[in-house]
Amino acid sequence: MMRTAKMSPYLFVFPALAFMGLFVYYPVVKNLQYSLLKWDPLALTQQFVGLKNYITLFHDPVFLLSLRNTTIYAVISVIFQIFISLVIAAILEDVIFRKISAIFRTIYFIPVLISMTVIGLLFQFIYNPSVGLLNETLKLIGLSHFAMSWLGNSKTAMYAVITVSQWQSMGFTIMLFVVAIQKIAPELYEAAKIDGAARIRTFFSITLPQVKEMTFVTCIYTITGSFLVFNEVYVITGGGPGYSSQVPSTYLYQQAFIYNNMGYAAAIANVLLAITIIFTLIQTKLFKTGKE
Amino acid sequence: MAFQNSTSTLPLAAVPKKRTRKHTVGTYFGATGVGAVLVVYALIILYPLVWMIFSSFKSTNGIFQHPWGLPIKWDFANYVNAWKEGISQYFLNSVIVTGVTTVLVLMVSALAAYGLTKYRFRFQNIILMVIAGGMMFAPQVSVIPLFKLVQSLNIYNTYWALILPYVAYRLPLIVLLIRAYFMSIPHEYVESATIDGCSNLGILFRIYVPLSKPIFATAAILSAYYAWNEFMFANIFINNTSLKTIPSGLLAFQDALNTDWGGLLAGLTISALPLIVLFLFIQKQFVRGLAEGGVKG
Repeated sequence: MMRTAKMSPYLFVFPALAFMGLFVYYPVVKNLQYSLLKWDPLALTQQFVGLKNYITLFHDPVFLLSLRNTTIYAVISVIFQIFISLVIAAILEDVIFRKISAIFRTIYFIPVLISMTVIGLLFQFIYNPSVGLLNETLKLIGLSHFAMSWLGNSKTAMYAVITVSQWQSMGFTIMLFVVAIQKIAPELYEAAKIDGAARIRTFFSITLPQVKEMTFVTCIYTITGSFLVFNEVYVITGGGPGYSSQVPSTYLYQQAFIYNNMGYAAAIANVLLAITIIFTLIQTKLFKTGKE
Repeated sequence: MAFQNSTSTLPLAAVPKKRTRKHTVGTYFGATGVGAVLVVYALIILYPLVWMIFSSFKSTNGIFQHPWGLPIKWDFANYVNAWKEGISQYFLNSVIVTGVTTVLVLMVSALAAYGLTKYRFRFQNIILMVIAGGMMFAPQVSVIPLFKLVQSLNIYNTYWALILPYVAYRLPLIVLLIRAYFMSIPHEYVESATIDGCSNLGILFRIYVPLSKPIFATAAILSAYYAWNEFMFANIFINNTSLKTIPSGLLAFQDALNTDWGGLLAGLTISALPLIVLFLFIQKQFVRGLAEGGVKG
C-alpha cells in the first residue's frame, strides 16, 4: 500500500515525460550532434567535421539572404500584427462601434481558421499575372501599369508572401487584443469620460498601459513566429524565384530533404533554436520585470 | 486621423451635462471615416474568399472569361470531381489524425496534471519544468532527427508518424492549462471522495474531470486546431498520397488537377469549411481557447 502511494505520482506523469523525452528533447540533442557531421543519407556516409557546417553557413549568401528575409518578415509582422491590430481592436471596443463590432470581429477572424495551404493556393490565383484578381483590380481602378507577375518577380515575391501572412494572422492578434481590452475595468474608462478625455488620449493613457504585458508577449510571439515561418513560403513560392524568397525554415527543408545535406540542415536548425531561445529568455525577463 | 477628429470636437468648456454625451456631430463624422476603414478591411478579407466560392462553381473557361461576379450556372460538378479526386480521402485522414491526437493529448495531459497537482514528490518541480520547457522548441528545430526517428520506429508513412509528434508538441501548453485549473478545485471534494473509498483514478475521473469541463473544451479546441492545420510534419512524415491529411494532400491534389481550376477551388472550399462552420457554432469557446493558448504558447 505504501509502495503504490509512493509510486503513483511518477506513474501519472510518466506518459507525458515519455512523449516529451522521445519526441521533443531527444531530437533537440540529436540535432546538435547531426550539425557536427557531413552526412549524406543516400551515400550512407557520416563524417565528423566539427564546426565546419556553421562556418560555411555564415558565409553562405543564400542563408544570409534568408535571415534578411525573415528580419523583414518580422518587422512588417510587428507593424501589422501589433500596432495596427491593437488600434483596430481598440476601435472595435469603442462604444460607437460596439453594436456592430461582433460582425467585423468574426469576419477578420475567418482567415485564422483556414489552413495555410488553402490560403496559399488561393493567393496563387489572386497573384496570377494574367487573370489574377489583384491585377484585375489594379486595372479596374486605373493603376494597370502597376500590374505585374507578383510571384515571378524576385523583387516582389517575398513581399507578396508577407502580405498573405498579414492577411491571415491579423485577425488572430486583433482577437487577442480585444480579449485583453475587454478585461480592462470599465471604471477606468468611465473616469476618463468624465474628464472629457479625447479618445486618442484615452487610448494612450488607459488602453495602452493596461494591455502592455499582453502587447509584449504577443510581440515576442510574432517575432519568433516570423523567424520560424515555413508554410506560406513553401506553398506560395517555394523560396523562389531563384532564392529570392527563401527563409531559414524552407532553406533547411531544401538542404535536408532535397539536397540530402543533413548535417548542414541540422546546423540551420540550431541557428533557429538559438534565435527562439533568445526571444523566449527575453520574454521571461520582460514578464518578471512587468510583475515587479 | 478621423478617430482623433471625432473627439477633438468635444467641447471641453461646454455645459457639463453635454460633455459626457457620447454622440456629437463630430463623433458621427469621425465614426464614418473609421467605419469606412473597418469596412474596407472586411472587404479585403472577404473578397478572396467569396471569389473562391463563386469560382468553384465555374468551369476553367468560365473563370478565365468572367473572373468577376456570380457563376452563370451553379454547377456542382467541380465539387463531385474534387471529392472523388482525393479530397474525401484527405478529409478522412484529417479526421482520424485530429481525433486520435486530441483524445491522446487530453488523456496524457489529465494524468500528468493530476499527478502534479495532487501529490508532493521528489523532482516535482523539475518534472514540471521539463514538460513546460518543451514550449521553447519549435518543430523546425527537430524535424531532421524526428524524420529519422519515425523511420526507425517503423511508423514513417502511417498516421502515427503525425499523431505521436503532434501529441508531444501540444502537451506542454495543455498540461499547464489543465494543471492551473485542477489547482483551483477545492481540497474538500477530494477528501470526501477519499473517505468514500475512491481510488486515485476514480478521483481523477469522477471528481476532477467532471469539474473541469470548460478547460477540457479549451484543450480539445487547441489540440484539434493544431492537428487539423499542421503542415510541415504532415508534408514530410507521410509520403503516401492516400494517407495525407488535408494541408499536405492539397498540394498533391493541385498537381493532379493541374489545369482544372474550378475543381481545385472546389477542393479548397471544402477544406476551408469545417473549421469555419464549427467556429460559427462555438465562437465563444473557440476565441477563449485560442486566446488562452495564444498568451501562453
